[in-house]
Amino acid sequence: MLFIGIGNRDRGDDAVGVWVAEELSTLGYDAVVCRGEATELMDAWEGHNRVIVIDAIRAECDAGTILLLDAHDETFAANSLPSSHAFGLADAIELARALGTLPGELVVYGVAGICFDTGSPMSDAVFAAAQQLVANLMEEADA
Amino acid sequence: MTDGIKKTKVIKVDYLARVEGEGAMYVRLHGDEVEEVRLEIFEPPRFFEALLRGRAFTDAPDITARICGICPVAYQMSAVHAMERICGVEVGGSLRDLRRLLYCGEWISSHTLHVYMLHAPDFLGYAGAVEMAKDHPDVVKRGLELKKVGNAIMALLGGREVHPINVKVGGFYSTPSRTELAELREKIAHGLDLARETVRWAATLDFPELVLDYEFVALRHPDEYPFCEGNIVSSLGLDIDIAEWDDHFAEVHVPHSTALHATHKGHGNYFVGPMARYALNRDLLDDATLELADEIGLEPVVRNPFRSIVVRALEVFWACSEALRIIDRYRPPPAPAVDVTPTAGVGWGASEAPRGILVHRYETDGRGDILDARIIPPTSQNQPTIESDLRAFVESHTHLDDEKLRWHAEQTIRNYDPCISCSTHFLDLVVDRG
Repeated sequence: MLFIGIGNRDRGDDAVGVWVAEELSTLGYDAVVCRGEATELMDAWEGHNRVIVIDAIRAECDAGTILLLDAHDETFAANSLPSSHAFGLADAIELARALGTLPGELVVYGVAGICFDTGSPMSDAVFAAAQQLVANLMEEADA
Repeated sequence: MTDGIKKTKVIKVDYLARVEGEGAMYVRLHGDEVEEVRLEIFEPPRFFEALLRGRAFTDAPDITARICGICPVAYQMSAVHAMERICGVEVGGSLRDLRRLLYCGEWISSHTLHVYMLHAPDFLGYAGAVEMAKDHPDVVKRGLELKKVGNAIMALLGGREVHPINVKVGGFYSTPSRTELAELREKIAHGLDLARETVRWAATLDFPELVLDYEFVALRHPDEYPFCEGNIVSSLGLDIDIAEWDDHFAEVHVPHSTALHATHKGHGNYFVGPMARYALNRDLLDDATLELADEIGLEPVVRNPFRSIVVRALEVFWACSEALRIIDRYRPPPAPAVDVTPTAGVGWGASEAPRGILVHRYETDGRGDILDARIIPPTSQNQPTIESDLRAFVESHTHLDDEKLRWHAEQTIRNYDPCISCSTHFLDLVVDRG
């Protein structure tokens, strides 16, 4: 099982994916950090059948809420993010789906953030969720 | 026009999505006459130049690499060359070759992303790469595979694919082994085949009619297609050392853009990027690239901006070819970097970013601390030309229906692979028929 953490460690709650992936890597699990660019993500999960992606999200729910999205059950709105030249996670999933290269199992854990300010630490709620998520993902990987 | 009344049409872009920056576009027509064109950039300044002041001269490549996730090598190369000029250091031999190899990686990666993922959907009639992939999976797979070749070069030479961390003033922190380069060579050789297919495929696309008279500006080196060295030359005969930049070019502020516009003093707009490099340096391409250009019938000077996708593809082929030449002659350098002693002075550096010349100017004190920094990126230089292209295209295509006009207006911007425009459907077309 491969864990991919997405985010920016210097942008408040956006660091949650990075933090979770680094914790899992330190604990000996197969985990990498990506900045979220689509082709980078597709390269990262190439050859892996079971992939879990952890990323911060903006959602109308309490900070720290964890949402689980199965890429095989959901259609993501590609081209939805006004980001850089690069495509994002949603584009990576939809592009891989179109090309038939989506991993057999691809689940996204989205952690609802509240503060994405440059230089801010993770909020308490998101940090608590991150710790809980690491424990849950270890259980899942060990099962 | 009905009853002799000219109608007003407004093409308005409120927000340019998926861009390095935030921008908008506004075109207003009155009858068949374009009254106003504005490429509006409203991204707040990021103050990188101010951030550099007071920092050590050795920090410049790492700090400026963070300006762009697509062309960080260009920022690093312009920075280190400017600093080395100040310090009187010349980096040659294998270290110079490795810098060119790293730059090959960036061109391959950046150009391929634009050709396949951002620009091709315009020509093939798709909203974006995802939609295009459903009908043309082999084309998109080829693009992704080719981009990985560039990424592999960046990862080996730069330490990682994005925002490389292995470049320093004087050379590198570490250099690759011949074994590592031999493994890379296999990937690049495959990339060369993919790039050849890319050029042949790009040449078959349908290009809207538009031929314009540009002043092309690019670096020119006596012996090689340019990356980091050479004079600044133009199709109007300019031939200057980079340090003479201010004598010939000016940056001006316009109310609708937070990015400065650049002009050639006494001449006006100019054009930087692949079409300019190709026009001014075609004779320095290798035989294989020239043969490929001839095979597809690419004229020596391309003046249709929509055909920039072909020139960009050709540069990817050349970059793969150049990368192989560098690896084949590689001899590990005696040290990963030459010593550099901080010196007080002013230094200019310019390199050919994928989108065109990127100019840096620094002033340092005797301890090597940066007193002043200026960065002139290619998209800033191309802004007035993008606006004039839009004006020319819309004026000559007013017969198109609103949807087609909007589509091609987007495409016109993307011809430049600007760091302010790379999305699909970023234009909101508002038609006011009076």
